[in-house]
Amino acid sequence: MTLSDLITIIPELFLALMAAVILMTGVFAPAKKQLPYYLVQFSMVIAAILTVWSFYAVGKTTTFSFNHSYVLDQFSVILKLFIYLISFVVFLYSRNYNQERFILNNEFHVLALLATIGMLALVSSYNLLTLYLSLELLSLPLYALVALQRAKMRCIEAAMKYFVVGGLASGMLLYGISILFGVTGSLDLTEIAHSLSRLQGAHNVVLIFALVFIISGMAFKVGAVPFHMWVPDVYDGSPTSVTLLISAAPKIAGLALFVRILLAGLPGLFVEWQQILLVIALLSIGLGNIVAIVQSNIKRMLAYSSIAHMGFMLLGLASGTADGNAAAIFYVITYSLMGLGGFGMIALMSRAGFEANNIEDFAGLNQRNPWLAFMMLILMFSLAGVPPLVGFIAKLSILNALVSVNLTWVAVLAIIFSIIGAYYYIRVVKVMYFDQPLEAEVISCPNDTKVAITANGIIILLLGIFPGILYALCQGLI
Amino acid sequence: MPILSLLIWLPMLGAIAVLFCKEERADLARGLALLVMLISMALCIPLYGNFDSGSAGLQFTEHLVWIPSLKINYDLGVDGIAMPLVILTCFTTLLIILASWTMVHEKVTQYLATFLVMQGMMVGVFCAADSLLFYFFWEGTLIPMYLSIGIWGSQNRSYAAIKFFLYTFFGSALLLIALLYLRSKAGSFLITDFYSIKIALAAQLLIFIGFFLAFAIKVPMFPFHTWLPHAHTEAPAGGSVILAALMLKLGGYGFLRFTLPIVPDACRYLEWVMVALSLIAILYIGLVAIAQVDMKRLIAYSSVAHMGLVTLGCFLPFIIVQKTLNTQGAILGLEGAVVQMIAHAFGSGALFLAFGAIYHQMHTRLIKDFGGVANTMPIFAAFFLLFVMANVGLPGTSGFVGEFLVITSSFQAGFWVTFFAATTLVTGAAYSLWMYRRVFYGEVANENVRQLHDIRGINIVIFTLFAISILLIGIYPDALLNVMHTSAGHIVELSMQSRL
Repeated sequence: MTLSDLITIIPELFLALMAAVILMTGVFAPAKKQLPYYLVQFSMVIAAILTVWSFYAVGKTTTFSFNHSYVLDQFSVILKLFIYLISFVVFLYSRNYNQERFILNNEFHVLALLATIGMLALVSSYNLLTLYLSLELLSLPLYALVALQRAKMRCIEAAMKYFVVGGLASGMLLYGISILFGVTGSLDLTEIAHSLSRLQGAHNVVLIFALVFIISGMAFKVGAVPFHMWVPDVYDGSPTSVTLLISAAPKIAGLALFVRILLAGLPGLFVEWQQILLVIALLSIGLGNIVAIVQSNIKRMLAYSSIAHMGFMLLGLASGTADGNAAAIFYVITYSLMGLGGFGMIALMSRAGFEANNIEDFAGLNQRNPWLAFMMLILMFSLAGVPPLVGFIAKLSILNALVSVNLTWVAVLAIIFSIIGAYYYIRVVKVMYFDQPLEAEVISCPNDTKVAITANGIIILLLGIFPGILYALCQGLI
Repeated sequence: MPILSLLIWLPMLGAIAVLFCKEERADLARGLALLVMLISMALCIPLYGNFDSGSAGLQFTEHLVWIPSLKINYDLGVDGIAMPLVILTCFTTLLIILASWTMVHEKVTQYLATFLVMQGMMVGVFCAADSLLFYFFWEGTLIPMYLSIGIWGSQNRSYAAIKFFLYTFFGSALLLIALLYLRSKAGSFLITDFYSIKIALAAQLLIFIGFFLAFAIKVPMFPFHTWLPHAHTEAPAGGSVILAALMLKLGGYGFLRFTLPIVPDACRYLEWVMVALSLIAILYIGLVAIAQVDMKRLIAYSSVAHMGLVTLGCFLPFIIVQKTLNTQGAILGLEGAVVQMIAHAFGSGALFLAFGAIYHQMHTRLIKDFGGVANTMPIFAAFFLLFVMANVGLPGTSGFVGEFLVITSSFQAGFWVTFFAATTLVTGAAYSLWMYRRVFYGEVANENVRQLHDIRGINIVIFTLFAISILLIGIYPDALLNVMHTSAGHIVELSMQSRL
């Protein structure tokens, strides 16, 4: 270990330190002061600065450290910055929610911080072992977070499901990794890629066997069909603040997982994994969109919608071109922003003793708070992929990548399913704008969250009109 | 001066400004919106005056890099067909804003903002020279339309709004795939670049289907028209006017801009199918309109029938040229289609707005609830008669010009085409005049009718403006025909080539 090795992990080290600090201060500081909240927000900002600094310190080039098992490149820096941003907003949205429900403030923030460290490490890992370990670091705090309201049966149930299914997925991933190690004799992604090209088709059956297990494990983690069963239950069962945490930033880390293993490690098996990804992606888009139609619970609805969106993201990777990869990164970043807004709005609508879990709870929102309704309108139309919002540009770039590699039929299927999906998004708009409110009480929210949700909506609108900058940022990362 | 960009973005900015007005100060919001629309109309004067009608190319072009990574650019420009439609859009929105003084009293600021945004989007559709920019605006119009039906509509509004949205959203999905496919062949998203690429017939047919679903649903053509009566009936007056005057024109414009010049061989292959669908719309929907008991539904069905003439005019050229090699006749048909689009916008738009004025007092749409309205509202009845006559196609009104051009040119395609197309003269007169008699003539039917007030002030201004435009196009159609002649010829020329 050298000093330059250390520089690459300084932000993660700093956050780990802060996790310990927050844990200790939380024990002694009075609960009313919300010290953990401010500390965690502070550490997010500092970590973001440290990340940029460390990238500059290593000379803005792709730098490997710790025996080629950890990497600091443009891809990881961009993704990490978005993880910081999204986590920051998640804590902002959930502060009031947590306070009103007496959710253990200290534990929530420490666990969420640990999960964030897991995401960051995952994005930077370049070795199957570090990938696996950081994935576990991401998952374990989330299991605990889901069970945070331990007196509620639904939470316990969701946590159990999440834990069992997540453990199973980790097992499958690990099994696939072990086979891959057996064939190639290495855990390093570059090494694996090299030895695959040396093998030239030998051991193909074993490799495909390993590939299937690895992809299954990864599909579990991002919640793609047919490994999606846990998603609606966990999203619905968790407190909304935890759903926020699970639904946004981990998707970015999930993309990184796919990118590292498939693109960096297994480009030699492209034809094989392309087929698997296409099937998984189309099934996700189809099932996610169709099943979401019948949901009356908005958290479940958004859960199914997230399954469909993950399918779209995988389609970008499956196209196998630089454009497709850029489209996938663009898609996952914009989706996280939209998902963040969607669940943030649910958290905002909930008050002490009342969970805005049903679509009906949004009835007549335009009369009760026109501004919030307008922001939700932007989010919903964006999720449905209607211009001039960013969801359209994201879908467009994916479809463009597919058509350019002659996968036009996939593009047609994907777009038809997403048309079906448009129904449930515009139904939310219908409930907010066309229906009469169930209660007349005006909804108010604290100023900081109001600013955040406004920024969230406006960014989605502006990114839809001026997508060029973010898109250029996503290009050439992989 | 970037006139086209101003016409697109000024109303959008205006919409934001209007949203900041308080609901209690609705008149301020109305005044602001009116100001924006007056500026837009003023901008239309140089648009018309400086237009070079001798050129078929795009004019007033603008170019900005938009999404370089996807090679999508902000390219604007109008030709002789788009330019009148842009002016029509501004004019119609102006009248809707004027009408908001008397017809809208609920969520006024949101109403004005919705229609201003819609105006910007519509102009964007007509001006876009980049196909993806076109699609961007094309789909974007759905959001304000969906909201306007759903928020200010009548009882069954949610159903109508959702049906409208899903139907048209579905239609344009394959359009996007077709555009992406064309781009992969042509290397750019510019519409004019699509005009020169060679595509095999099988692929042309698939692209045609993608285009057809999008445009035929918007027009709407015969089997895809079922969303329209609901949307029209439930929408508020302003929404109905936009739907009839502009939204349907998007479909016809799409046929002219995309289907005809890009996949001409597929058009030739399916020319009789398209003509048959148009004739069914004219004859069958005309008959359906006669049977309506709901006034708004009747006007809606008459819209479908009139738009049948538009699609007929679009696809007749293929048959005419094949039979007679007479491109002049083909151009005549195409021009007829465009004139019919604009004439229908005035006729049908005026009818919907006029109906809005009376619905505002009566709160019923059923014809049987009216009777003898001419006794209590004589000025209104006079205006309404003119609009009905325009709808029937009386010589001297705008309705006559379009119908006459299309039907005349259809002679060269065959007797039976003309025969069925001409039934519109009979059915149109039947449903319009019969409706007029039942609503306006006779004894005063009931107490509600007796208490009607005649139109005053702003409404008279609005209806006068409508009447002037109807008569202007009817008496001096050259104002319109001169502008579009070269462009229509260019489209016919492009669609007579083979792209195999």
